[in-house]
Amino acid sequence: MTEAHKFVDIRHAQKAYGDLEVLKDISLTVDRGEIVAIIGPSGSGKSTLLRAINDLDSLTGGEVWLDGVQINKNLPYRQYEKHINAMRQQVGMVFQHFNLFPHLSVRDNVTMAPKLLKGLSDKEADKLAEEQLNHVGMLERIDYYPSQLSGGQKQRVAIARALAMQPKLMLFDEATSALDPELVEEVNLVMKRLAEEHMTMIIVTHEMDFAASVCDRVIFMDKGVVVEQGPPSVVFQNPTEERTKEFLRKHLAQHHAQNAAEAAALTAAQTNEGAK
Amino acid sequence: MGLDFTVVPAYLDTILIGVLWTIAITVCAAILSFFGGILLAVIALYAPWFLRLPVRFFAWLFMGTPLLLQLFLIYFGLVQLGIDLPAFVAGVIGLGLHFAVYNSELIQTAILAVDKGQMEAARTLGCSRSQALRKVVIPQAVRDVIPPIGNNMIALLKDSALVSVIGVSELTLSSQLAIGRTYRPFEFYAVAAVFYYIVNLGMEAVMRRIERKTSLSR
Repeated sequence: MTEAHKFVDIRHAQKAYGDLEVLKDISLTVDRGEIVAIIGPSGSGKSTLLRAINDLDSLTGGEVWLDGVQINKNLPYRQYEKHINAMRQQVGMVFQHFNLFPHLSVRDNVTMAPKLLKGLSDKEADKLAEEQLNHVGMLERIDYYPSQLSGGQKQRVAIARALAMQPKLMLFDEATSALDPELVEEVNLVMKRLAEEHMTMIIVTHEMDFAASVCDRVIFMDKGVVVEQGPPSVVFQNPTEERTKEFLRKHLAQHHAQNAAEAAALTAAQTNEGAK
Repeated sequence: MGLDFTVVPAYLDTILIGVLWTIAITVCAAILSFFGGILLAVIALYAPWFLRLPVRFFAWLFMGTPLLLQLFLIYFGLVQLGIDLPAFVAGVIGLGLHFAVYNSELIQTAILAVDKGQMEAARTLGCSRSQALRKVVIPQAVRDVIPPIGNNMIALLKDSALVSVIGVSELTLSSQLAIGRTYRPFEFYAVAAVFYYIVNLGMEAVMRRIERKTSLSR
């Protein structure tokens, strides 16, 4: 592979369920070390696109390449399984609902895959777990079980678990959407730290502030196509497409309404408190 | 003729040996039914048809016919095919397979009920499907299904009385032996009932401990 290649290269990605086209011929590339946010209304296909990158959802057309190797190669079943398992080791993924393994301790959540797939000894794996958990500020909870952790803590462990495989690329599928508002920040901080370390990240998110402050590029998707993309300053402040403007307007209104409702609830609570 | 429990102590050692055999056969059959249940569940859900179909037929056979008949078939019937099993082994196999089929039904349901995000998380780390099943999905399914499997194991304990008919001198057969000598059926069957109940309590205590131990990992 001598010719110059893009680090992540999605070529004409298509995904259809019967007549329903979720992804309509999407092509985009991501450079090594680049941090990209994918935003858009629900049902726009952004999660599907993300999940297509490591073939969790298979495309019905098009190709996905990572660092010069095609991920969704057309191979006989057994060969393909081998190939995709090797590829997935290089791609970390973080889910909205954490998907920690509840029957394993925090330590074993992190060490399970490296021990099984890379043949690490118990000692090496323990060292790795300690490093990775320290990195996300969860070292003190190493012997806890997921059921004993808050949502934010679970997500940080899930990030450590993904990083323990030393991936080249990290995918975040609405990593903070299921969290209580006060727990979002701790996860955002971990992601920011990763960004500073130049991990290549593709982040599907609803959090515009986070996308604006961390990402190099924002991709706005709607109805299975990329409508607009560019640096956050441009996409957020000076969008050219009407659909982008509308989405941002709606999102902002919603955001304000939510904030107002929370503020109102808080005031009401305080008033009640005062009345007592 | 009234009841006279003073005849019991003379036969207590016979009865106690019977209790030990009952415990032995129950524990062996329980272990077989547990691991057999997991194996059958995995085959039923994931194996290719040439494994799945025979297993389904086997399960149907074991669920659809009396356990007593199955024991006769294994112990007396197999001799004709040149397989002459000791009564204890035949009893363990009969009870173990019978309850393995029931456990397998429970485990299959539990496997399907494990959140599919668990499989996805394991696969995104690079695990193969079978690795993900082995390390992530099946342990959770088994953990979820411990209470109902415990109920099956108590049923197994009680059904272990059936192996008396193929000559394993467990609690029921030892009691009958004592009755044969003394013609005191009520006394000895009552004593046997008490011992079954005590073993039962012991089993429930063990199950509770296992449940407690796994409660953190939910």
